[in-house]
Amino acid sequence: MTGHANAGRPNQLLRNLHSKIASIPMILTAVVIFLGGTLWTVFYSFTNSKLLPRLTFVGLDQYERLWSAPRWLISIQNLAIYGVFSLIFSLVIGFLLAALMDQKIRFENTFRTIFLYPFALSFIVTGLVWQWILNPEFGIQSVVRSLGWSTFTFDPLYNSDIVIYGILIAALWQGTGLVMCLMLAGLRGIDEDIWKAARVDGIPMWKTYVLIIIPMMRAVFITTLVIIASGIVRVYDLVVAQTSGGPGIASEVPAKYVYDYMFQAQNLGQGFAASTMMLITVAIIIVPWAYLEFGGRKRG
Amino acid sequence: MAEVVSLNNPSVKTGLSTKLAAGPRGKKPRPMFSPRNIMVYGALIFAAAYYLLPLYVMVVTSLKGMPEIRLGNIFSPPLEITFEPWVKAWSSACTGLNCDGLSRGFWNSVRITIPSTVVSIAIASINGYALANWRFKGADLFFTILIVGAFIPYQVMIYPIVIVLREMGLYGSLTGLIIVHTIFGMPILTLLFRNYFTSLPEELFKAARVDGAGFWTIYFKIMLPMSLPIFVVAMILQVTGIWNDFLFGVVFTRPEYYPMTVQLNNIVNSVQGVKEYNVNMAATILTGAVPLIVYFVSGRLFVRGIAAGAVKG
Amino acid sequence: MNSNSVSVRDLSLSFGAVTVLETLNLDVKDGEFLVLLGSSGCGKSTLLNCIAGLLDVSDGQIFIKDKNVTWEEPKDRGIGMVFQSYALYPQMTVEGNLSFGLKVAKLPQVEIDKRVARAAEILQIQPLLKRKPSELSGGQRQRVAIGRALVRDVDVFLFDEPLSNLDAKLRSELRVEIKRLHQSLKNTMIYVTHDQIEALTLADRIAVMKSGVIQQLADPMTIYNMPENLFVAGFIGSPSMNFFRGEIKDKGGRKVIDVNGVDFAMDAYPARGPLEAGRKVVLGVRPEHVKVDEPGDEIHDAIVDIEEPMGADNLLWLKLAGQTISVRIAGSRRYAPGTALKLSFDMSMASVFDAGTENRV
Repeated sequence: MTGHANAGRPNQLLRNLHSKIASIPMILTAVVIFLGGTLWTVFYSFTNSKLLPRLTFVGLDQYERLWSAPRWLISIQNLAIYGVFSLIFSLVIGFLLAALMDQKIRFENTFRTIFLYPFALSFIVTGLVWQWILNPEFGIQSVVRSLGWSTFTFDPLYNSDIVIYGILIAALWQGTGLVMCLMLAGLRGIDEDIWKAARVDGIPMWKTYVLIIIPMMRAVFITTLVIIASGIVRVYDLVVAQTSGGPGIASEVPAKYVYDYMFQAQNLGQGFAASTMMLITVAIIIVPWAYLEFGGRKRG
Repeated sequence: MAEVVSLNNPSVKTGLSTKLAAGPRGKKPRPMFSPRNIMVYGALIFAAAYYLLPLYVMVVTSLKGMPEIRLGNIFSPPLEITFEPWVKAWSSACTGLNCDGLSRGFWNSVRITIPSTVVSIAIASINGYALANWRFKGADLFFTILIVGAFIPYQVMIYPIVIVLREMGLYGSLTGLIIVHTIFGMPILTLLFRNYFTSLPEELFKAARVDGAGFWTIYFKIMLPMSLPIFVVAMILQVTGIWNDFLFGVVFTRPEYYPMTVQLNNIVNSVQGVKEYNVNMAATILTGAVPLIVYFVSGRLFVRGIAAGAVKG
Repeated sequence: MNSNSVSVRDLSLSFGAVTVLETLNLDVKDGEFLVLLGSSGCGKSTLLNCIAGLLDVSDGQIFIKDKNVTWEEPKDRGIGMVFQSYALYPQMTVEGNLSFGLKVAKLPQVEIDKRVARAAEILQIQPLLKRKPSELSGGQRQRVAIGRALVRDVDVFLFDEPLSNLDAKLRSELRVEIKRLHQSLKNTMIYVTHDQIEALTLADRIAVMKSGVIQQLADPMTIYNMPENLFVAGFIGSPSMNFFRGEIKDKGGRKVIDVNGVDFAMDAYPARGPLEAGRKVVLGVRPEHVKVDEPGDEIHDAIVDIEEPMGADNLLWLKLAGQTISVRIAGSRRYAPGTALKLSFDMSMASVFDAGTENRV
């Protein structure tokens, strides 16, 4: 924008200089931390780093150890159970709530506030509250027992077979409000005339939802799915607060495995390998989505 | 004259109720307790009860004394209200390291949250502005890396950051943690600001450039004053996000700087001593209070913030 | 006893404290093309939605084919409806869109096929049947939307601004097609629009609406030439009618309207009642009813301010009686700005409104 008098093009590097200077933090973050950091971790996952990163390559040893460690296998199994149920229930409950909210109800704002407030709370708070509610000595189990069902058993946090479902309950409580909000925004984004046309055509409401509205909300569903899924892979604080991975190692998750090996067991190589596996999991979710989202846009 | 008037609007206001025939008229009667309404409101109220239950239990438990907790059930309201647990949670609960309660964590969180919010928003808004209005070659590539990076699990990038901060001598310090929050807040905030600035009329930017304004002048004099709502949205997003953070607090600070969430977890899950559930719940409420207040006060903006952050993500 | 296809009786509609329609009456004859015309927010779409049953009325009754349908569901009213945004079901093919309602109503497949084929033939969309709406142009989509109303085999079609989303060229094409459709089907059609050209070209009768009240209900020529009040006069016609505020005076036995000292003789005006001297009135003359440099019994001098040649027509803006007026003349007649010319007014085609009530006198 300056000095066109001095003939010729200004230096390419100096063009838009202010903008480039202002973008330095973004460039550094993107290149050094996100790209560099990721590559570094993947790279060092092939070493036998212990307390400090070392460049002694051991090939796939760390991965072999990882996949033969019971704790990792349980972590992965937990993540799978937690992930599948969390996806299904989040989407179903979130959509049902949104559909209920969309019935021109009264007190919509009050209901929205109630459904969404847990999302403002941290996983630590969420985990601790549900730890208390699910406490077998004082919580739901004892209340139901005191009502007369003396053999009633509901102690997910102390039963290694079902502990992951205890965590799931807390996670759904915290996160479904967000899904409801996203779904509601999607429902509200649908052309009012579609509903009118369906009514004139005499299509019952549930059929309109299932056959017309939900297919129209494909994009919202996919985006929500990606958001829930990337949250699932990260689940860490909730487990730490609610069970600390227990009883035993029954509620371990990959994110916690990584943290413990990096910062407590001082076995960096294992931590790097486990975190690389997390990265691959995310890539499996993200790549098809990105392909659908951005590949699809070109066609449509 | 009267005659002239009656000639007007022949189709309107002629013969009123004489025209009405027998049969349905006016609003279709819909009973307030129709099966549909009972189902809709019944389901909503049931769901609302499920969502409210933990909050209720937290409050009720925190107001009871320990003997009452041991005897009664967690849903019953306190017979004798006591604020003792709140006082203890705030000032004298033990974390295993020290016994000065949550207050230390609270002030740490304040000292972490305020600068982290300010710095991350300042940087991200300028990034977003550069991306929206001053696009340079390669900018989109960096932005794409940034957005893709938002999906990479933190665990993958934590250790390299530890090394970088250690090299800079900032590992374990508050400054280090602020940098970490700025880095991980950057994708979502940059996206938020970029989309917002892109939605502003481009003519405005062009007009300012024709008038001779440069990068910073346009940012401060034109973009900033027009963008108050989005700054508020970003602020809500960051304050709740940073306040609720646990992982970065554990990894990147020394115990004396632990934020409130870490402190809370240490108090509640500390293995020493007798479990004081009322103190634990009071501590939990205290930790959740700040984001809850932000949420209740900001209302629709909070929804807008998460929707903007999530849908476009 | 009643040859009306659609009758609206004392219809009122209010949302909370806001009244949108108040004791509105309207009779649409069998086979009639009725246009509801008005600017946005005048209640025309609301009225249409009430007729369709998409909105619950607050009071009054609605009859379709002499049946009281006030409490009926839209699907049971014997109507088909076409929307501004087409409202096609995006993930179904054109054929699916046309047949979906019929399938839900459990019609025999043979009948469905027959109806879809007929609609596709009438609208010439047979080649599109297997496509999805996203693969169609705006005009094609609107044709499919019309088809969806067509297959319902109903007597009354409701159109809610069906052409507003199309560009100007497509709009005029589809306008002709809708007119042709009406001529061949002879169904009752109620058509909402804010576009006066659409209203004038399509309608058997136009209902001009403002603030939930029908201002005038008449055939297009009557609406254009004999507007009932100042609002209708100003709303219809582009450029707008020229208005002069003045007072009726007796001058030498002739009634004149005195506008800032300029007299307009009223001899030729078909007044509805006696024109009392001293009455404040508004005189309205359409731009094409002003003659330029032609002999007339009353000549006014004016100077050309701006000339706007528009091809077929030429629009002159002049100053007269202290205000700017527009005059439409043949496109071949050119006048440079500053030219002095002589105007005469065709009072037989003029409109005079009471300045107070704004109604025609």
